[in-house]
Amino acid sequence: MRVVLAEDLALLRDGLTRLLEAFDFEVVEAVDNGPALLPALLKYRPDVAVVDVRLPPTFTDEGLQAALAARIEVPGLPILVLSQHVEPLYARELLSGSGGGVGYLLKDRVSNVGQFVDAVRRVAAGGTAMDPEVVSQLLARREPLAILTGREREVLAQMAEGRSNAAIAAKLYITEKAISKHINNIFTKLAMPPSDDDNRRVLAVLTYLNS
Amino acid sequence: MADNKDMETRSWVRHGLRAVAVGALEIVLSVFNVPLLVFWLVALALTPAAGIGMVALPLMTKVLRARTDLVRRLATGAGVVIARPYAPQPQPALTGGWRRFKWILTDPATWRDVAWLLPGGIIGAALGVLILLLPAYGLQGIILLPLWVHLGDVWYGYGVYWPIENFSEGLLSLPQGALFLAAGLIVAPQLRKVDALFAKLFLAPTRAAELRLRVAHLTVTRADTVDAQAAELRRIERDLHDGAQARLVSLGMTIGLAEELLDRDPAAARKLLAEAREASGIALVELRHLVRGIHPPVLAERGLDGAVRALAISMSMPVEVDIDLPGRPQTPVESAAYFVIAEALTNVVRHSGAQTAAVTIVYHDGTLAVVVLDDGHGGADPGKGTGLRGMERRLAAFDGTMTLSSPPGGPTVVTLELPCVLSSPKTSPSSATD
Repeated sequence: MRVVLAEDLALLRDGLTRLLEAFDFEVVEAVDNGPALLPALLKYRPDVAVVDVRLPPTFTDEGLQAALAARIEVPGLPILVLSQHVEPLYARELLSGSGGGVGYLLKDRVSNVGQFVDAVRRVAAGGTAMDPEVVSQLLARREPLAILTGREREVLAQMAEGRSNAAIAAKLYITEKAISKHINNIFTKLAMPPSDDDNRRVLAVLTYLNS
Repeated sequence: MADNKDMETRSWVRHGLRAVAVGALEIVLSVFNVPLLVFWLVALALTPAAGIGMVALPLMTKVLRARTDLVRRLATGAGVVIARPYAPQPQPALTGGWRRFKWILTDPATWRDVAWLLPGGIIGAALGVLILLLPAYGLQGIILLPLWVHLGDVWYGYGVYWPIENFSEGLLSLPQGALFLAAGLIVAPQLRKVDALFAKLFLAPTRAAELRLRVAHLTVTRADTVDAQAAELRRIERDLHDGAQARLVSLGMTIGLAEELLDRDPAAARKLLAEAREASGIALVELRHLVRGIHPPVLAERGLDGAVRALAISMSMPVEVDIDLPGRPQTPVESAAYFVIAEALTNVVRHSGAQTAAVTIVYHDGTLAVVVLDDGHGGADPGKGTGLRGMERRLAAFDGTMTLSSPPGGPTVVTLELPCVLSSPKTSPSSATD
């Protein structure tokens, strides 16, 4: 699996490269600034890009901007955005584009190597990976969620992070069948048409939560 | 001692001569007050006229202010400080336009300047003549004798001898002249002072203007302070983001990877763990540096006294420290003083080429006074670099000031003055706080 990496701090760039390569990813390009990212993405068309939000020269949200621009050029280009803090606003911008294949995680998550690599693979496969921190920030704010039961909120949170039904079932120690029942209830309560598409489901939920 | 006396003698002569010169200059300048007044009034009258009206008054006001500014400068020389009273110019500074007229005409200082022109001119000229009179008469006496000798017995009289009847009486014009000249030189600075005090009545800021100027000054320093604080916070955020925070992420990553490799490749895992331990150490060092940059722990624990001593010890050159503080200033003042001293010492190390430096801190009359001195090659330029400007800004937030004296060849002396109150008298020796 081919990866383009964008991270300005050499320490983390090298660490991420090492980590990804240990799991049989091929880092085809590792850039250290914003302007170089877009050309690299368009040139290599990687299976997935791992991008730091803040990059030189402006040290603002260059990485995010380049990722969004690349996804306009190449719809569905899988991009996992990493940051040292998460903003629901950025999550919404990433998700507002067409299709899946986006992720937004705290950099802290790399320390759980297995889960991190899973997230990279999930994004590469067109899924989503939302940081639990983003999801909880979103869930904590929304009034309409009061109509959901505690269990349903748990399922929603898992769903929002980008997990499949099977993964949610495993995590919450209940059957997959029960999960789909909860999900249907959630959709009904939030007045959303049910859908089979994992990714669309997450997008819909997050868009609704964040609207 | 003899040298000292010599210096004193020369100094009163120099003072006197300068006062006489300024007195003469004042006579000439005073003459111009009359046309200046006329032209200004004409310009005022022309204000309604299109074209010329737009230009004349601002231009004449500029000339008028140049004239009064000169008086203020000369007054400073006579030992009377007259602050500039004018309201700050509106922004943007238009050359024409109603705002400019309003700025000029609503400023009481303008009218006070105009009011000064006539009486100021008369007093200035009169005192100028008076200042010249005595030394001139003295000079006449000194020159008279040779003249009298040269011309024979056709001369009249001088001083107490009137007329001069014989050679010995004529001879006495020399000491008399010298006496008159000396008296003239002594009196001249006093007369200049009278002139300056009279000018001050008109040309100094009124109480309202003083307050207005103070508000303008505070507005600027407050904006500076806010800017400086924002920049500081940004720096801290950046340092954390790129430093400790990134190190911790990397640390987690390394440990996570080691965990994964533990079964497959224990040797590699062990290597990663060693790396992780090292990284955690570096992260701690970085955090410590950052904390020191925000508020040095020693400053919190020991106050300015201990912190400056600690700073001196950490310098690469010997720094003599002499501190006499009966208590501790408030924390923000203490912190500002500390960072400015630290910056000054850093500059000494970086730029001065000095062998030794000294820091003196004293407190008297509600002012914390700091002197940072070095024996380097001098030539420090406050216009160069942002360091000195930053120091000034830090101090300005507390109405503090900084002066820099750095002649080529050295020594460089940085003097800080910070008005502040000391909170509590020192109750225990600093070593007891451990």
